Amino acid sequence: MEANRKTANEGRALNVKASHWEHFSHGSDIGVRGFGASVEEAFEQAAVALTAVVADVSRIRQLESVEVHCTAPDIELLFVSWLNAVIYEMAVRRMLFSGFQVATSGCSLTGNLLGEKVDPERHQLAVEAKGATYTGLRVAQQDGQWLAECVVDV
Amino acid sequence: MNRASLTRHSDFEWCIEPTGQMRVPAIIYAGEQLIEDMDEKVREQLTNVATLPGIQRAAYAMPDAHWGYGFPIGGVAAFDPHEGGVISAGGVGFDISCGVRALRTTFTAAQLEPKKNELADALFRSVPAGVGSTGAIRLTEQEMDEMLRGGAQWAVARGYGIAEDLESIEEGGCASGAEPEFVSQAAKKRQADEMGTLGSGNHYLEVQRVVEIFDSVTAGVFGLHQNDIVVSIHCGSRGLGHQVGTDYLKTMVIEGYRPIPDRELACALIESELGQHYLGAMRAATNCALANRQIITHLVRKAFGEVMPDVKLTLLYDVSHNTCKVERHVVDGAIRELFVHRKGATRSFGPGHADLPAALLGVGQPVLIGGTMGTESYILVGMSEGEQLAFSSACHGAGRSMSRTQATKHWRGRTLVDELREKGVLIRTRSYRGVAEEAPGAYKDVNAVAEAAEHAKLAGRVARLVPLICVKG
Repeated sequence: MEANRKTANEGRALNVKASHWEHFSHGSDIGVRGFGASVEEAFEQAAVALTAVVADVSRIRQLESVEVHCTAPDIELLFVSWLNAVIYEMAVRRMLFSGFQVATSGCSLTGNLLGEKVDPERHQLAVEAKGATYTGLRVAQQDGQWLAECVVDV
Repeated sequence: MNRASLTRHSDFEWCIEPTGQMRVPAIIYAGEQLIEDMDEKVREQLTNVATLPGIQRAAYAMPDAHWGYGFPIGGVAAFDPHEGGVISAGGVGFDISCGVRALRTTFTAAQLEPKKNELADALFRSVPAGVGSTGAIRLTEQEMDEMLRGGAQWAVARGYGIAEDLESIEEGGCASGAEPEFVSQAAKKRQADEMGTLGSGNHYLEVQRVVEIFDSVTAGVFGLHQNDIVVSIHCGSRGLGHQVGTDYLKTMVIEGYRPIPDRELACALIESELGQHYLGAMRAATNCALANRQIITHLVRKAFGEVMPDVKLTLLYDVSHNTCKVERHVVDGAIRELFVHRKGATRSFGPGHADLPAALLGVGQPVLIGGTMGTESYILVGMSEGEQLAFSSACHGAGRSMSRTQATKHWRGRTLVDELREKGVLIRTRSYRGVAEEAPGAYKDVNAVAEAAEHAKLAGRVARLVPLICVKG
C-alpha cells in the first residue's frame, strides 16, 4: 500500500470526519480504497479516490449534478458497478466529479455526482479510467469502519 | 517470484507443475533476472488459468508478465470448445484489441532533423490525445454498426487510408464474426466522439529511428534499414471496448461458468449463449480498435503531408495484444481449432504460416514491442519454434516496474520533458502528470524482455528503435 492517504481536510469532497480515501499499488494500474462510517460513505470516498486517479480532485468545481442507478447481486459487485457508473458518466459527459452522495437499498444504489466539464488546463489530468475491476475487490468492516476497494484499469 | 517452486526446463523456460485443480502445467518464459523480478501474482493467476476447462497444453506467461485481472498481463491460454472450453472477458481485457501499428517512412533521421519540431507540433495538433479528448468523426447508429462489422476495411472504404494497408493488418483488418447487436447502447454512446483518438496512459504516437539491426535479411523484407524513420501507434478500442469489457465481465461474474477459483477469472463456455454473445461483441470491439488505428494512420499521414509533403508512409504491420482469436494449432498430433487468449501478448506466427500475407510468408510475422518515451522499442519476428511453445505468441512491451503513484513521487513531468528534449526526444502532451506516471524509469528493461523472447524462441529480434518524437496519450 502506498502512502497517498488523504484525510478529511486534504482535498476530498465530503463532510464526514472519519471518511477518507487512498490509492494502493497494482502492477500496471492502480487500486482505489475508500473508508467511511457506513458502506455508503466508503463508496463515496472510493469514488473520490477514483477521480484522483484521473485528475486533481481539489480543482473540480461542483457545478452540475448527475444521478446514477445501479444494481448487483451482492455488495461487492454493487461497489464495482458504482465505480463503473461513475467512469461511464465521466466518459460520455466529458465531466469530472468531486462530490458523491450514495444511498443504498439492499443491493441497489442511487448516486448523485457533483462536478463540471473537463478543463484540461485546470484539472491537471493524468489518465483515463477504463473500468473498475474485480481484482483486489473487497467491501468489509475493518477497525470499526467500512472499507471498499478494488483495482481500476487505466 | 520464488524460483524454488519452479521446475527449470531451460535457461528461459520455467514450469509450475500441475497440482490441485490445475488441469495443465503453467509455463513461464523468462531469464533468471526477469523471473526474480516477476510478481508472485503472476504465479497465482497463471495457476488459476490452468484450472479452467478445455485449456490446452499449458497456461503461458511471456517474459514481460505481470499482475493482471484474472489472467496475468502477458498471459496466453488456448481453449477447445469441444472439450468444454471457455472464453474469458478478463483474458482479453478492458482495452479489447489494444495494439501497436508501425509505419515505414521514406526519409532518414538526418532528413527529419530540421523539421522535427514542426512535425511534432503537426502530429500533436492532428491526433487527439489525452483524457477527455474527442475526435472529429461522428457516426450515425447505422454507421457505427457498419464500423463495428468492418474494422479497418470500413475505415479504408471511407477514405481513411489505402487498400494496401489492409494486407498488413491481422485478419486483413477485419475480425469476422462481429455482432454489433451484442454491443450495448451504452458502449456505442461511449464511442460517439472517440473515433480517431489515441486515449491516455501508456498509449502513444511516436516517431522513431532504427538504431540497430539484428537480422538484416528479415529487416530487408520488412523494409527496415539503419537510421530509417518509423512511426509507431499504440492504442486500442477506446470507450466502446472498455464498456464491452465492463458489461460482459459483470455478466460473466453473475451468470458465467462455475466453479472458478477466483471471480476475477469470470468466463463463459464458448458454446454457451453468453459466450457467443461476448465473442460477437468482442470481435465488434476489435474492429473498433482496427478502425481507430486506421483513422489515426490517416491523420498521421495528413500531418506528415503538411510538413514533409514528399514523404510516403506505408504500413509495416498492425498487431493486437489484447485478443481472443480462433486459430488452428496442433495438439497431441491433431489439428484443432482453438480460442487463443492473448492478454498483453502478441501473436507471432513463424515463417510459412498460412495466415500471413505473401510478402511475409518467407520470414514470419512482425512482432511490435512498445517501450517507453525515453528508451527503446523493438521489432521482432515470429519463429517456427513458437508454435510448439506458446501457440505462436510473444511479449508485448516492457511492463511497469513501479506504480503510477510511486512514479509521480520520483519524477516531475515538466522536468522529464526537458531532460528528454536534451536527449533528442520531443514530447508533446497535455498532461505533465501523465508524463511523470509514464516515466521511462517506471518501466522494466525492454531490452531484457526482447532478449528473453529471442532466447526462448518465441520471436527473434529484428530491429531496435529509439523515440525522436512522442505524442503522449
